[in-house]
Amino acid sequence: MTTRIDRRMAKLKTEGRPALVTYFMGGDPDYDTSLSIMKALPGAGSDIIELGMPFSDPMADGPAIQAAGLRALKGGQTLVKTLKMASEFRAGDNETPIVLMGYYNPIYIYGVERFLKDALASGIDGLIVVDLPPEMDEELCIPALKAGINFIRLATPTTDDKRLPKVLQNTSGFVYYVSMTGITGSALADTGKVAAAVNRIKGHTDLPVCVGFGVKTAEQARVIGANADGVVVGTAIVNAVANVLGPKGEKTADPAEAVATLVSGLAQGVRSARLAAAE
Amino acid sequence: MNKPATPNSFRTGPDEQGMFGIFGGRFVAETLMPLILDLERHWNEVKNDPDFRAELTDLSTHYAGRPSKLYFAEGLTKHLGGAKVYFKREDLNHTGSHKINNCLGQILLAKRMGKKRIIAETGAGQHGVASATVAARFGYPCVVYMGATDVARQSPNVFRMKLLGAEVRPVTAGHGTLKDAMNEALRDWVTNVEDTYYLIGTAAGPHPYPELVRDFQSVIGTEARAQILEQEGRLPDTIIAAVGGGSNAIGLFHPFLDDKDVRIIGIEAGGRGLDGIEHCASMNAGSPGVLHGNRTYLLQNADGQIMDGHSISAGLDYPGVGPEHSWLRDTGRVEYVPILDDEALEAFKLTTRVEGIIPALESAHAIAHAVKIVPAMDKDQIVIVNLSGRGDKDVHTVASMLGMEI
Repeated sequence: MTTRIDRRMAKLKTEGRPALVTYFMGGDPDYDTSLSIMKALPGAGSDIIELGMPFSDPMADGPAIQAAGLRALKGGQTLVKTLKMASEFRAGDNETPIVLMGYYNPIYIYGVERFLKDALASGIDGLIVVDLPPEMDEELCIPALKAGINFIRLATPTTDDKRLPKVLQNTSGFVYYVSMTGITGSALADTGKVAAAVNRIKGHTDLPVCVGFGVKTAEQARVIGANADGVVVGTAIVNAVANVLGPKGEKTADPAEAVATLVSGLAQGVRSARLAAAE
Repeated sequence: MNKPATPNSFRTGPDEQGMFGIFGGRFVAETLMPLILDLERHWNEVKNDPDFRAELTDLSTHYAGRPSKLYFAEGLTKHLGGAKVYFKREDLNHTGSHKINNCLGQILLAKRMGKKRIIAETGAGQHGVASATVAARFGYPCVVYMGATDVARQSPNVFRMKLLGAEVRPVTAGHGTLKDAMNEALRDWVTNVEDTYYLIGTAAGPHPYPELVRDFQSVIGTEARAQILEQEGRLPDTIIAAVGGGSNAIGLFHPFLDDKDVRIIGIEAGGRGLDGIEHCASMNAGSPGVLHGNRTYLLQNADGQIMDGHSISAGLDYPGVGPEHSWLRDTGRVEYVPILDDEALEAFKLTTRVEGIIPALESAHAIAHAVKIVPAMDKDQIVIVNLSGRGDKDVHTVASMLGMEI
């Protein structure tokens, strides 16, 4: 069985370019604005959408995504609304893959079985759940795979060759290589090391490898994309939203437009990546 | 929720996956997973290593002052007019609380693992002080994350940590309490994985922390059990301890878990009452969820977002609890009951007056429950209360509760 993610990755492979994977926080700063951001992403050049599920205690995230999550929660976002947002998006776009990204507790409280059923119905293609390592696969990963939803795992610089097979074992869709140890939004790692790590992972799997953590500009996207199958951008997008919010959270410009402008630039970066690699 | 089957022994957990029934586990980001496995490997090596044990025992004896006394609280016993009340005097340890037991054990572990830097989270500051103390003793740089609210209400401990050479980083996220400090410590750890040892202060977090903290704290119950047998010739009828994350409580309880006739009571912070949200009684008013690396009872809303609790006691101001307590709750082996801020404050004042002991506000919660149940017990019955820490750090909080300025 193939998912939208598999099909999208296969298509990009024939086009000979990496995917631009864009993360934004669902419900930031409010439901309607956030939905407008999501709808603007494919047109601006996003190939895969990561839809952030806000959590009160995002232990692996830096200040930007923490703040975005708190804005979303303050704006009344819940997992129910995040799923609704996906299905509203899906009504107008049946091709762009949607990956839900967040922490386990809201899913656990929603109920795993009910969540998978509703996620499928909302057009969700994959899950990234930060605090579910392979040791906890019985919780959600195995049920998700059975339900036909990709479970995308994070590999990190601390994941050595001995551990990598365990991490990759039940991973599907793509592998998300976190390019450094640390929280989201930190400085970009040494690109040479990143390329070596991507090649190391590719020695263990045929799955596409996308790289994230620290990518903020089109130029960085181009360099990272020269070796990876996809480039993930998150904090920069979340910041683009924050930058058009005033001190009381009022909008000083259209967040969807701000995000689209940023993503268009990043999209040019990934589209010139393989040209750069060929040089 | 179905009650789990009663096991043959309550002292065998956790299993290989770090689970106590459905509780516990390793819910952490992949970056941390190799570190946690490495910690587990080292822990398994040292836990039965006689050399490690000997080094720890030597430090416990000559540095921390163990064994702590089991003291017959005659003044309180007379005042209450029921069962005999004993205090396990963890307040007499070096640094003034039970926290040193765990810190000494973990710093030796960090040394064995070749780590270069210590980080810790703290609520009341007792664990922060104990961490800063062992870091000073063993020559490690130490960063303590502490909620900004707690920094304000526990200023004497903040100063002590700084004197000991630790850097105290106030955390302003959330309500600025223990939960937020723990998030920030985890973010530090995930960033500085190579050289940093995370010295968790309570019997919570990802496996193997709940197990190793429990084992280091079990010296409390092991001593108390031997002491009461020596002093009274029999086991106590009831033992009581306050539960925030639950390290002093599990330390007292664990050696007694298979003594079926010993009633075991854990005290949660009832704050301003369980009807509202101003309490930290996760096992009385919360539900199972996943936070800080383990599944356990949590204060949370219907969307799985974690709530900020409230307690007069910074050390109990945590919306979760160690996973073993959650399991002991569900199996029914331990009763968990709430004590309100006001009740703890009364017990604090009473103990000071009739015993000449200023207890920590955390411990005052446990004493407050003894005050409730002891008068109805027979005079030949025995109650042990864990006096987990001294209350010097709390005098500012108590003064302001009483409307006084000092």
